[in-house]
Amino acid sequence: MPKEIEKSAHSSSSVSRNRIQRAGFLLLLGIALFTVIPIFLIIGVVVIRGFQTLTPEFIFGFPYNGMKSGGIWPAIVGTIYLVLGTALFSVPIGVAAAIYLSEYAPVNRVTQIIRIAIITLAGIPSVVYGLFGLGLFVITLKFGTSIIAGALTLAIMNLPVIISTSEEALRTVPHSFRVTSISLGATKWQTIHRIVLPQAQSGILTGVILGLERAAGETAPILFTVAAFYLPQLPRSPFDQTMALPYHLYVISTQVPGMPEGIQYGTALVLLILVLGMNLFATVIRSRARARRQW
Amino acid sequence: MSNFRSWLEKFIFWAIRISGYSAILFVIAIFLYLLREGLPAFSEVPLSNLLSERWYPNEDLFGLLPLLGGSLVVIIGATVIAVPIGICTAVYIAEVAPPWAREILKPIVEVLAGIPSVVLGFFGIVILAPYLRRALDLPTGLTALAGSLLLAATSLPTIVSVSEDALYSVPKSFRDASIALGVTEWQTIWHMTLPAARTGVLTACMLGIGRTVGETMAVLMVTGNAPVIPRGISSLFAPVRTMTATIAAEMGEVATGSAHYHVLFLIGITLFLITLAINLIAASVVFRKRQRAERILS
Repeated sequence: MPKEIEKSAHSSSSVSRNRIQRAGFLLLLGIALFTVIPIFLIIGVVVIRGFQTLTPEFIFGFPYNGMKSGGIWPAIVGTIYLVLGTALFSVPIGVAAAIYLSEYAPVNRVTQIIRIAIITLAGIPSVVYGLFGLGLFVITLKFGTSIIAGALTLAIMNLPVIISTSEEALRTVPHSFRVTSISLGATKWQTIHRIVLPQAQSGILTGVILGLERAAGETAPILFTVAAFYLPQLPRSPFDQTMALPYHLYVISTQVPGMPEGIQYGTALVLLILVLGMNLFATVIRSRARARRQW
Repeated sequence: MSNFRSWLEKFIFWAIRISGYSAILFVIAIFLYLLREGLPAFSEVPLSNLLSERWYPNEDLFGLLPLLGGSLVVIIGATVIAVPIGICTAVYIAEVAPPWAREILKPIVEVLAGIPSVVLGFFGIVILAPYLRRALDLPTGLTALAGSLLLAATSLPTIVSVSEDALYSVPKSFRDASIALGVTEWQTIWHMTLPAARTGVLTACMLGIGRTVGETMAVLMVTGNAPVIPRGISSLFAPVRTMTATIAAEMGEVATGSAHYHVLFLIGITLFLITLAINLIAASVVFRKRQRAERILS
């Protein structure tokens, strides 16, 4: 019956209008696929051509023969150190800043300036962070090209991601939780520490991982602050230089002539697995937390 | 004991408050540092040199025009590719796609945002550039066009997800009213929903373009790095060199405190100011909208 009404309502112009609509929707679908297909192409090419290289010797071995043979272990370790260093600096400051914005900050000019500053930080090009890190940490503070200089640079770059995602997580905790806790005699900090933070922790964790994922994949900020072209040993202190995966991929795909393709694709694949693995981990935590939420 | 506790509470509050203010501190520190290292360039290099057409630091030629032009070509190319595709993709996901397709498409687009730019650059070198060289019969595939395509890929996730949010925020009643008047869904999208979401969509495009301005590694790896002033549409098919790529390629080899060093920081200041302007305009749109919403709600 609805079909008949539909039919009778169709004048010839509405039939052609429907045809336009169907064609239009198909076109939109095509464009959406056009956005999605290159992603599969990029990941597919790297996986297919890279996965044969992923042997234990490649992952846990040192490069030799001008990096044309051997593995990428120093680069993997370097990236892990960098990510941990970045977390060490950016997580406490970022989460504290998010707590300030969500729990303490009054609605006034200063708070608005803080928000504008966060937006500004988020927009600064990564290579400009590299310049800043070089100038401040490497040269002025005399850290030299080192893990600590790179981790500090990446940490500042990461702050806006961690602050904004953590603040969002804190704000989703219902206001009534706070009121109840305060009315039971808890202080403001006890309320935040015992009630609000535990409820928001998975959201904060998601934000932290997404921020660190960016740090793991970035090349431009570490170009002049950390990265070593080739090092025969693992770094021993935070003031050592280190190799890093993204920089290593840049070097072996542009600076070393006659580099075997397998090693290039293998390095790209390890970097992709690391970064997208973190991404997946964050997504799983987020959706789990959503499913478990009690309010 | 309670004295200790109130002291602790105060201490924690101040630590949190200082962290909250840290973002302002960092922005000021970065800007001052760039100024300190970049402004000496004006006293060391005559303005006529900075505005000349040759970038050749080995002979003290610091013409910034080829770099500005190179960035401009690549960014315009990326914008022309990414904006229509991004908006259409967002419209499809928000307005047309069945729920299951939406659940698949959204995370895939997020994955694109997660791919490091150095991996995109690598893909550009090994697959995209050789393909462009063969397909368009060029002497080299490492061109502005290759850079534009990769930059489009880096800005698409931003454009798609921010536009999508803008489209979702258009009240459903608007659409229902439009459909009830006998307008097709297709016309509703283009004449009602999209215009209603236009500030959000515009913000999305600006944030996307802001990302392309700062993108470094992918561009450094695929644009061929020839500092030539672009002339006309044909420069899309020739190598160019962008501002970001110049900093990345040359900062490692430059002597600290030399004129070349200061000029590279000057390019950094330029990049900082461009992205700052783009982000502030985008943010002011968002702020204004929120204020308007609060006025209406109160």
